[in-house]
Amino acid sequence: MSYIKKPAARHPKLKVNSLGLTVRDYEGSMSTLCAGCGHDSVTAALVQTFFELDVEPHRLAKLSGIGCSSKTPAYFVSEAHGFNSVHGRMPSVAAGANAAHRDLLYVGISGDGDSLSIGLGQFCHAIRRNVNMLYVLENNGVYGLTKGQFSASADIGSTSKGGMANEQGPIDPVNTALSLGATFVARSFSGDKDQLVPILKAGLSHSGFAFVDVISPCVTFNDHQGSTKSYAHTRSHMHEVIETDFVPLRTEITTEYSEGSVQGITMHDGSVVKLHKVADEYDPTDRRAVLDYLAEVGSRGEIATGLLYLEEAGADMHGFENTVDGPLVEIPFADLCPGSKVLEEVQKEWW
Amino acid sequence: MARESDYGVNDFGLKIATVNGTGSASANGLLLQALFRMGIPVSGKNVFPSNIQGLPTWYEVRVNKDGYTARSPDFQLGVAMNPESYARDIEEVVSGGWILYDNSRELDDEFRRDDVTFLGIPLADMCVEHFQGSRIRILMKNITYVGALVALLDIDMDVVKGMLQEKFASKQHLMDANFNAIELGQTYALEHFDCPLPIRLEAMDKTKDCVMVTGNAAAALGCVYAGATVGAWYPITPATSVMDGFTEYCRRFRVDPDTGKNNFCILQAEDELAAAGMVIGAGWMGARAFSPTAGPGISLMSEFIGLAYYAEIPCVFFNIQRTGPSTGMPTRTQQGDLMLCAYASHGDTKHIVLFPADPKECFEFSVQAFDLAERFQTPTFVVSDLDIGMNDWMIPRLEWDDSFVPDRGKILDADELEKIETFYRYLDLDGDHIAARTLPGVHSKGSYFTRGSGHDKYGRYTEDSDAYVEVMDRLLAKVDSAADHVPAPEIFETDGGKSVGIISVGGCHWAVLEARDALATEGIEIDYLRIRGFPFNQAVEQFLEDHSTVIVIEQNRDEQLKNLILLETSCAREKLQSVRYYGGQPLSKGHVIEGVTPFLTRERAEVLQ
Repeated sequence: MSYIKKPAARHPKLKVNSLGLTVRDYEGSMSTLCAGCGHDSVTAALVQTFFELDVEPHRLAKLSGIGCSSKTPAYFVSEAHGFNSVHGRMPSVAAGANAAHRDLLYVGISGDGDSLSIGLGQFCHAIRRNVNMLYVLENNGVYGLTKGQFSASADIGSTSKGGMANEQGPIDPVNTALSLGATFVARSFSGDKDQLVPILKAGLSHSGFAFVDVISPCVTFNDHQGSTKSYAHTRSHMHEVIETDFVPLRTEITTEYSEGSVQGITMHDGSVVKLHKVADEYDPTDRRAVLDYLAEVGSRGEIATGLLYLEEAGADMHGFENTVDGPLVEIPFADLCPGSKVLEEVQKEWW
Repeated sequence: MARESDYGVNDFGLKIATVNGTGSASANGLLLQALFRMGIPVSGKNVFPSNIQGLPTWYEVRVNKDGYTARSPDFQLGVAMNPESYARDIEEVVSGGWILYDNSRELDDEFRRDDVTFLGIPLADMCVEHFQGSRIRILMKNITYVGALVALLDIDMDVVKGMLQEKFASKQHLMDANFNAIELGQTYALEHFDCPLPIRLEAMDKTKDCVMVTGNAAAALGCVYAGATVGAWYPITPATSVMDGFTEYCRRFRVDPDTGKNNFCILQAEDELAAAGMVIGAGWMGARAFSPTAGPGISLMSEFIGLAYYAEIPCVFFNIQRTGPSTGMPTRTQQGDLMLCAYASHGDTKHIVLFPADPKECFEFSVQAFDLAERFQTPTFVVSDLDIGMNDWMIPRLEWDDSFVPDRGKILDADELEKIETFYRYLDLDGDHIAARTLPGVHSKGSYFTRGSGHDKYGRYTEDSDAYVEVMDRLLAKVDSAADHVPAPEIFETDGGKSVGIISVGGCHWAVLEARDALATEGIEIDYLRIRGFPFNQAVEQFLEDHSTVIVIEQNRDEQLKNLILLETSCAREKLQSVRYYGGQPLSKGHVIEGVTPFLTRERAEVLQ
């Protein structure tokens, strides 16, 4: 953990966003994670994302399950509403919250134990339901809080700190999400903020379940030689498939891109995601082709990163459920209760 | 051999044995409704298998001019339509009774009894002759026995025909077939038997202020009237029809007329764990949210229930109890989850529980549950059972007061938040053990971190002993203070002294009332208190104090209600006696009388006589 508390005083020239807030206004309480933990870098990327997207803090709902990753919502946007729920079950809480109040921004923070073991079912069904939220899986291949057991994302042959090799095949969250029909699938690395921030921004703008798998090394239990989730291994095996630019709604698009190498996708809220393809043949809107490409990259032992798949048109949970456009929580009671006359009518059917 | 019993006009039990999946449910519903429309108090109990097609199923109809609706103590007439269950069905009819059966195949001698009258009708043959197609023949066989009952019991034919016309208004061919079948059965019975039987019907006017409905439909309607907007569930017998009902009523009354969009969201979850999570998420946002389930669902939801208790999130759970443990007997009734609901989840937890006894209370308690959940910011349970939930009950017409304002509890709005310096989520400012809550998205000052981990009264994470204990003590005081707000017990007192009292709960009520009346006619008067809410109201403690012996009647093996009383009141163990029935059928008068008799001392009985 960081032992030096940041001073409350702020530099007068600190940049402010359109709400008049500085980046410091998007911070949370002091992290209690180990110094150098990947998760703290993800937290920093989230802080930057919310600041730069002018998110109103109290209109943000941040949720998590249990584990090191799930502690992190306390470390960003103090004025957002936080919910540290139970292990593996954050997706259902987010779904229910979103059902009740669709106008807030939802961000869920989970880990590989939380999402791929105890919570695999809820993770899958949140995808199926297409809950409109940004879902960040901080993936380190290991259980940190219980001191170093392999998680379900540990690769075959990856070794524990004590030298034991993992023999069971991993559950690859990106593959899982793609095969379940997720509409936004990305993978990034906690050590690459330049790549991660635009992905998080795009995910927040996405209308539906935006899944971001972030390789986020555990410095204490899984950063040694032999681990395939270490900083060194991730850096040397990262294969960036797509570079992402996020262009918010009101920004004038000035940069020019050469025809063919860039795909522009307009998001539901009017912002634009520009995808620069590193590999020419890659099509981030063709689910089968993406799965094939990722299988090929994976077979070489490389880790494909970037906003790998994006489909903006599909219905989200509210589309499936045909709910009213506004939040259910704001409907006055008078519009919800049918009243005494209707009760009399209904009871005519009961005899 | 079953014993002889009293019976007469508008006073008998009828049991219909069929094969499930053959359409007998609609024939039996028709019969029950016809009796109800003749103004005669009637109740129906569906005893069905956990199966879709092919297993034995029974429908019990009780006709009682005095209005007793508990399970019929005995059956004077058996309609035996399922050869597979003949042995049991024929055995069950009382001596002197009647057995209507299909003699298209002659009855084996082994089933014959000399003390009952067999009424054979060649139903299958008649249906083969008069109807085309195997499915319609099977369906019409059921309607034909209803036709025979029209003659045997003197059911008003105009009422029956009127119902068929309503039901099949848009399906002329089905209406014709049903009319034919009814008349076939009626004509055959009139020609071959001495109609009507001594057990017969006479029109009354005792149902005109009543309706006939299941507890689950009433509970579902209660959720609509309470203003619930989010329902999350996983299908489970016998709770499924709660959500079926909620869905139906929402589609009728909750679709925005301008946009065609829903003022509700019903989420069919991947399991009960997720259903609980959704309800809690929605409750956190300020929606009135609920999940209907049965015991196995509560087991699965227990982790989340503890979270909602500790983080103080309003949520409502309906437990339509079935026979446990484990999968148990999913289509049989029980009161086996009283303890489970009172204290669901690990660690120190305690919950508000409401116990309806009939569909009327299912409706009313459903509305009240949302008020209590929000006022006390805690999980609230409506604990019904399969008998109340899935069977048709005759109840007084429901009423609604249009001036009703839901009790949302302490929720700070944007203006209030603007005025305060700092908001602390778990700080009790006025000594009623309830801290104000805020809803996400309303105001930046209202933000806080909801967590199931240790927290202090300011809402901050803590591992400090004193800070932890302070919050836990307030939670206990808070839930205990709900004792004055849950439905007060219903008390039936006598003038005959205060030595023996009965305490019971939920669906036991109707059998207890009937048994109590029966005992009173023999000069044995017993006070009776029916618990309707937990934590126990002060009146429960008083009743226990006032009686030297209290017999607790309930439908589970482990004396759960009795043990709850011992845990939660100052009552001495020696004072309490237990009567339990837990075989899965609804309680009947006989269970109660048989159970309490040993505890009514000989001296007392003699004095009273």
